[in-house]
Amino acid sequence: MRRLISASLALFMTTTAAFAQAVPGGKLNLIVQPEPPSIMIGTTTNGPALLVGGNIYESLLRYDENLKPEPSLAKSWTVSDDGLTYTFALQDGVKWHDGKPMTSADVLFSANDYLMKMQPRHRNLMTHVESVTAPDDKTVVFKLKEPFEAFIRGLAFYTMPVLPKHIYEGTDYATNPANDKPIGTGPFKFDEWKRGSYIHLVKNPDYYVKGKPYLDELYYQVIPDGASRSVAFETGNIDVVPGGSVENFDIPRLKDLPNTCTTEKGWEYFAPLSWLWLNNRKPPMDNVKFRQAVMYALDREFAKDVLWNGYGKVATGPLSSKLPFYKDVEPQYPHDVDKAKGLLKEIGYDGKPLKLLPLPYGETWQRWAEAVKQNLEEVGIPIEIEAADVAGWNQRTSNWEYDIAFTYLYQNGDPAIGVDRNYKTSQIAKGNPFNNVEGYSNPELDKLFDEAAVAYPASKRQELYDQAQKKLQEDVPVAWLLELGFPTIYNCKVQDIVTTASGLPESMRDAWIKK
Amino acid sequence: MLRFISGRLLKAVVILICITVLNFFLIHAAPGDPAAVMAGEAGDADPAFLQQLRERFGLDKPLYVQLWIYVSSVVQLDLGYSYRQQLPVLQLIGERLPATLLLSLSAFVISLGLGVAAGAFASARQGKWADTIISLVALIFYATPLFWLALMGVLLFSVQLGWLPGFGYETVGANYTGLARALDIFLHLILPAMTLGLFFMAVYARMTRASMLEVGRLDFVKTAKAKGLRPGVIQHRHVLRNALLPVVTLAGLQAGQLVGGAVLIETVFAWPGIGRLMFDALSQRDYNLLLGVFVVSAAMVLLFNLITDVLYRLVDPRIKVAS
Repeated sequence: MRRLISASLALFMTTTAAFAQAVPGGKLNLIVQPEPPSIMIGTTTNGPALLVGGNIYESLLRYDENLKPEPSLAKSWTVSDDGLTYTFALQDGVKWHDGKPMTSADVLFSANDYLMKMQPRHRNLMTHVESVTAPDDKTVVFKLKEPFEAFIRGLAFYTMPVLPKHIYEGTDYATNPANDKPIGTGPFKFDEWKRGSYIHLVKNPDYYVKGKPYLDELYYQVIPDGASRSVAFETGNIDVVPGGSVENFDIPRLKDLPNTCTTEKGWEYFAPLSWLWLNNRKPPMDNVKFRQAVMYALDREFAKDVLWNGYGKVATGPLSSKLPFYKDVEPQYPHDVDKAKGLLKEIGYDGKPLKLLPLPYGETWQRWAEAVKQNLEEVGIPIEIEAADVAGWNQRTSNWEYDIAFTYLYQNGDPAIGVDRNYKTSQIAKGNPFNNVEGYSNPELDKLFDEAAVAYPASKRQELYDQAQKKLQEDVPVAWLLELGFPTIYNCKVQDIVTTASGLPESMRDAWIKK
Repeated sequence: MLRFISGRLLKAVVILICITVLNFFLIHAAPGDPAAVMAGEAGDADPAFLQQLRERFGLDKPLYVQLWIYVSSVVQLDLGYSYRQQLPVLQLIGERLPATLLLSLSAFVISLGLGVAAGAFASARQGKWADTIISLVALIFYATPLFWLALMGVLLFSVQLGWLPGFGYETVGANYTGLARALDIFLHLILPAMTLGLFFMAVYARMTRASMLEVGRLDFVKTAKAKGLRPGVIQHRHVLRNALLPVVTLAGLQAGQLVGGAVLIETVFAWPGIGRLMFDALSQRDYNLLLGVFVVSAAMVLLFNLITDVLYRLVDPRIKVAS
């Protein structure tokens, strides 16, 4: 029997329900911070590029807040019983912004050619794929080498955007002029980019979802100074402040302004988790008891309540609670100064000072570094905070030149995509700030992760991930801090501002303005 | 005069090349490269991706080869390609230069005009109330950090009073044309130009005042007074003109900073100028773009130094330019 997974009906119902009250028309002013280098998300995938480019390009699927796949460019899909064949039926009447029809050839070109050359995340996903084929114009078939259940959650717009074959085939992808004037299938079309000022998108009148998008125009404004961004929202020049684009200490003031709403939703897919890399190659971080002492020393509730205004959640382990297969396993490490001191005494820690490298992402991270320094010094670990800019931070972490370093990473919808890369021995490689930077190696865990990635069905994966989480909780290769909460602050007149697990980049097609 | 100018121009080219080479090594001495930054932003990277980026940007070649490629293209007036923004550097600079020049020149005119006038006015009333007030205000503006003034300006005129726009170059999405657009840009210009101009205005006021008082004590002024010339004529025709030399020197220095001197103000006011382009390029290690901005701003400094030297002769014919 073939399992039919199709959320078309549910989507149809929500679409019509929203359509009953939604009013077309109007424009939105949003902050984009910092200004992206490019909004062609096949090559540039930083947050700001996705925020804008996510409205221009689409993938086969979107995900709801529980990471359940929903139709995007694929209207329905089936998975064979052995979990090896994924067949996608494409939407009818999809056109590129230049008027040419979008077909399965474009999906094939993107998956087999463009993204394989330009996108490391896509390359990783495709290591599990045997072949991508198109029996006809409207059907695409992915044949997997092994039953990689995470695959269905790996088709987000920022891993596998569908790109126009007729524009890119046979050209130099990096310098193609279309990178500057992107052509996608999305609900909004590119109109103008005044560098240093704004990016302007306009409604795609030929969008294949009838009646959408509701908004006529989107302006993404570039305001480089944090205080000025807050003022722009206060004075009504900006309608939407995406999560993470104003300093945390400005948030309480902004959210109390009249007609101001906030939401923490729209980060379920990315599920940003912060931690301290503890360089396991060096003493005393090579000692598991020292690492446990660090965990006990950290007052993470304080960080959440004071530095992050209560947004987010204290991390209970290597997986964000938003991820499938998450489990709150023992042991946990609540703030306990005495336990930390006891462990340090037990291992005879000599009080050697350690260096702490903060994330160079603004004031909050600087203050957090100071709070961590205070926590660690309280239990007797002297800390020296080092300074680095983004380039310096990248170089230091990816070349392992640090003692303790802040980081946060997206977990990308599945532990086999966004989590095991940080702990597996095979992921220890210099030059990459996103893999196993701490240098932790445990063959038992490697085996668990490898098996869990390809186990089928999901219940089998759950068992294996439970064990993996427990193992990691005991070994504490890194010190997990918070599941970060990035509230979106917006004028309450804007409705349906977040409708998918990826938030603002994908939701503008559903957003509308209450008159 | 022509020989002088052409000689100076030739020297300027040599200096410019030296500056370029020096900047090239300085920038490459900073930790991290654009490939690392871009990989960092991508949220995912593998060695193949980094290698691919480095090859694309030519960063895999030895440093001296990169330098040779860069300098030889600069000599041909080609500033190369921005790694990150995937556009030619000249185009990026060209897009931003007008906004910066508008801001800096407005600030320049405001500071020079108001500063010299205030200084002259104060010196004529030495020791009186007007002098004290002008000197005090000048001292305050001279000593206050620019970014603080800028933020206070925004809070007062934009948030509290709502008289002036607090950020940007023009009203986004208004699509004004013609005179309406010019007025819109003018309104946006007032706060940043005034803030940027205040510091130099204070400097000019203090310098003009001091210099005029000094010249006022010289013998030829006494002679003029003895001749029975009116004080206004003495001040304007004799004292001010002779006191302007240090002001011209300073104006030359300020003019040299027209391109790169407004980073802070451009950031606070979201002014789409070249200062911010430079700052972003620096933090992202966009070597070509950063070097390009340096080349352009160094060329501006050299050009304005030359203009200052020529002006010296016009203001004070006693200076023999050829020497």
